[in-house]
Amino acid sequence: MRIMRFVTVALLAILVSVAIMPATAQESGEVLTVYSGRSESLIGPILERFTEETGIQVEVLYGSSAGLAGQILEEGANSPPDVFIAQDAGALGAVAKAGLFAPLPSDILERVPEAFRSPEGLWVGLSGRARVLVYNPELLEELGLELPNSILDLISEEWRDLVGWAPTNGSFQANVTAMRVLLGDDATREWLEGMVANDAQVYEKNTPIVQAVINGEIPVGLVNHYYLFRFLAEDPSITARLHFFPAGDPGALVNVAGAGVLASSDTPGLAQRLLLYLLSNGAQQYFAEETYEYPLVPGVEPIVDLPPLASIEAPEIDLSDLDDLQGTLEMLEDAGAFDG
Amino acid sequence: MQIPYTTTAANANKAVKALSLPGLRSIRGRRWRLYGAHINWLQILTMLIVGVVLLPIAYLVIRAVGAGEEGITYLLKERTLRIVWNSLTLVLSVTLSAAIIGVPFAWLTSRTNLPFRRVWLILGLLPMVIPSYLGAVTFIAAFGPKGMLQGLLEPLGVQRLPEIYGFFGAWVVLTLFTYPYVALTVRAALLQNDPALEEAARSMGLSRWKVFWRVTLPQLRPALAAGMLLTALYTLSDFGAVAMMRYNAFTRAIYLQYNSSFNRERAALLALVLVAVTIALLFLQRKLQNGKHNYRIGTGAKRQLKRVSLGKWKWPALGFCSVLVGLGVLVPMLVLFTWLTSRNLLDAVPVNMAELAANTVGVSALAALVVAIMAIPPSMLAVRSKSRFNHLLARLTHLSYVLPGIVVALALVFFAANAVPAIYQTLPLLILGYATRYLAYGVSATESALTQINPRIEEAARSMGLTPTQVARRITMPLARNGILAGAVLVCLHVMKELPTTLVLAPIGFKTFATRIWAMYEEAMLVNIAIPGLLLMGVAALLMTLMLWRDREIAT
Repeated sequence: MRIMRFVTVALLAILVSVAIMPATAQESGEVLTVYSGRSESLIGPILERFTEETGIQVEVLYGSSAGLAGQILEEGANSPPDVFIAQDAGALGAVAKAGLFAPLPSDILERVPEAFRSPEGLWVGLSGRARVLVYNPELLEELGLELPNSILDLISEEWRDLVGWAPTNGSFQANVTAMRVLLGDDATREWLEGMVANDAQVYEKNTPIVQAVINGEIPVGLVNHYYLFRFLAEDPSITARLHFFPAGDPGALVNVAGAGVLASSDTPGLAQRLLLYLLSNGAQQYFAEETYEYPLVPGVEPIVDLPPLASIEAPEIDLSDLDDLQGTLEMLEDAGAFDG
Repeated sequence: MQIPYTTTAANANKAVKALSLPGLRSIRGRRWRLYGAHINWLQILTMLIVGVVLLPIAYLVIRAVGAGEEGITYLLKERTLRIVWNSLTLVLSVTLSAAIIGVPFAWLTSRTNLPFRRVWLILGLLPMVIPSYLGAVTFIAAFGPKGMLQGLLEPLGVQRLPEIYGFFGAWVVLTLFTYPYVALTVRAALLQNDPALEEAARSMGLSRWKVFWRVTLPQLRPALAAGMLLTALYTLSDFGAVAMMRYNAFTRAIYLQYNSSFNRERAALLALVLVAVTIALLFLQRKLQNGKHNYRIGTGAKRQLKRVSLGKWKWPALGFCSVLVGLGVLVPMLVLFTWLTSRNLLDAVPVNMAELAANTVGVSALAALVVAIMAIPPSMLAVRSKSRFNHLLARLTHLSYVLPGIVVALALVFFAANAVPAIYQTLPLLILGYATRYLAYGVSATESALTQINPRIEEAARSMGLTPTQVARRITMPLARNGILAGAVLVCLHVMKELPTTLVLAPIGFKTFATRIWAMYEEAMLVNIAIPGLLLMGVAALLMTLMLWRDREIAT
């Protein structure tokens, strides 16, 4: 009996504290809501720094770029976020296409070269990333395999079971969209079906793929370039390395992570302030030093040993052409890429 | 000592009963009594609550219809059929293996002279408080191709272990974390068995083994069926284990569809098929169970049960229990403690643990309270009314048993974003999600508490001049309080572990232990799972102990 009374009192105490909680959280006035397709470990620290420096609270919903873009499309005019940060131009393009982004002022847009922003001025790139194949040299040797010359080679029999990929990942999806632009839908579908038939190993995100390659669970994986450097910074003895696909290969895409301000935002001024902050030299330095990406603002250089952005002979692709994310998603689904 | 979670066992029976159809049939036969009779407030409240449960299904139907013809072609695709097949094979395998493990475990801990029976019982039931996603992630870390076990075996020349992902991993993990449901229901039945039947069979020359097959097991049938049904429902609705093991069952397919595509209609379609499969499962179970009695018909009290002496079988029995506890409790704990003591790699995502704890416990308690309150009108209607219509109405709340978390979450997101943006991404919507998902647990607990109160007492109070409200406040509720509270604790326990509902419905920036564990799993920062994982298991174990405590109080 006494126990039950104790439980009752404890429950009530908890309820009261929960009821008070939201009230204490909203002390400072200015709050920005952000949907972020970039993971918390990559973008969280710089958003926190923004809050420290400006006093503007940032509330973030983390998710996959495509999932959040889909959510914004579903929410339409009721969409709660002020800013959408995506890890690929495709998700940004899809939201822009639906007319849900407000145009950005030129002082934001002109921070980055023309190639890395929306031609209509609806979104802007924040950092650059190259698609690469991360590989484990020992395991490759053990298996007697050579690094492939093209991303298209990964569907051959010798790579059965051996390739890691993340079909739900925004950067990968952008790569598929680029393939569709370069090779056409039929060839892309064929490649996707080949990957599925070849039992490519499915991961949720890039990080676990890199981890699996480092651990020697799989010899190669399709990822963005910067994840490996984060592991190397922790443990320089890691032997895994990056393989850039040769010039013009559809696997050699250079993409951006970027952001736009929602037309439904009731604080567009604050939202633009966040974008300007992310494009400041300090924040660009953060992307270079902490996430090992390519800064997009001229004058800030990547710190790790990377081929300069201009030197990667990426296929001729206009990033704003990657806006048919929906088509890519349907193709991935129909090919069974989400079933792994 | 009574066992904790007896309400769970009772729930299973309720779930089975919930879908029996005599109520429906009788309504077709007679007129709606609604027109003639007055509707009282209890009925109105119950209707509102039933509306809450039906809302997700209704909204999913609306969305699914929106898919039109394209939706039908989608459903008939080989891919969709494969998802159905995947889920059904998993459910079947897990249910069977849980029964194969659960029945001997229940027998050993209740009817034999196994040393330290009580300790084994408690340890063996502990996996129930471990969420499946924690089980899955720790199993991957321990037994993955390059997991901890491989690390130990490396000196022996083992370069990699066989793949754990897919069906095998999901099957093993779900079996280990669901067999306690079977063990609990079966154990309760074993303790109630009349030993006279078994003795009679023995005296007529049957061997012990044959007695077990031909006398004991048939008597256990209803309990076994109830436990297996709970296991099957758990497996169908489980998200964490199948997602982490990358097994393409319904819940994972729905989440992927929701999270990585613009086509939400397809997610709604898949969710509806899942609900249909779950209901079909309940009907099937109901059908299999019909028309058997399993009570004693002799007069007089039954005798005390006699414990079977295990003799030389003691060692294999101890081995069996050790393996179970080793895999179901020790492995997850060991992995979590290993992570706890290892260096925090890439700890770029700091979190305030106190806030997580407050959020987790806070929403669970709030949800438990809301469920307990919502459960009162339908339970009163079910227990105190003689009208068939009222019974059917109250029973509709049991439909919440067949709504997996991911389905509820998805439906409420659609509903709130389009129809009531004011509650979209707010705490009330999250609580509503939990309440929808776990209402049936509360209703079952409250119903069984109310049935234990003799209506004569209430009638006597009325005759002495108390108003109905006064009776409810001064007589009924105090008497039913303990049962209701037990139900609330059970709901609290479930909500605390709930992953998909929280993942999809939580307000922006609102994190719980469950979502933190999921986020760290997604970021491949497994060591960061240690603290929230251990805390979550600690709080859950604490709640379970409280329930145990209460039962002991009753026993003495």
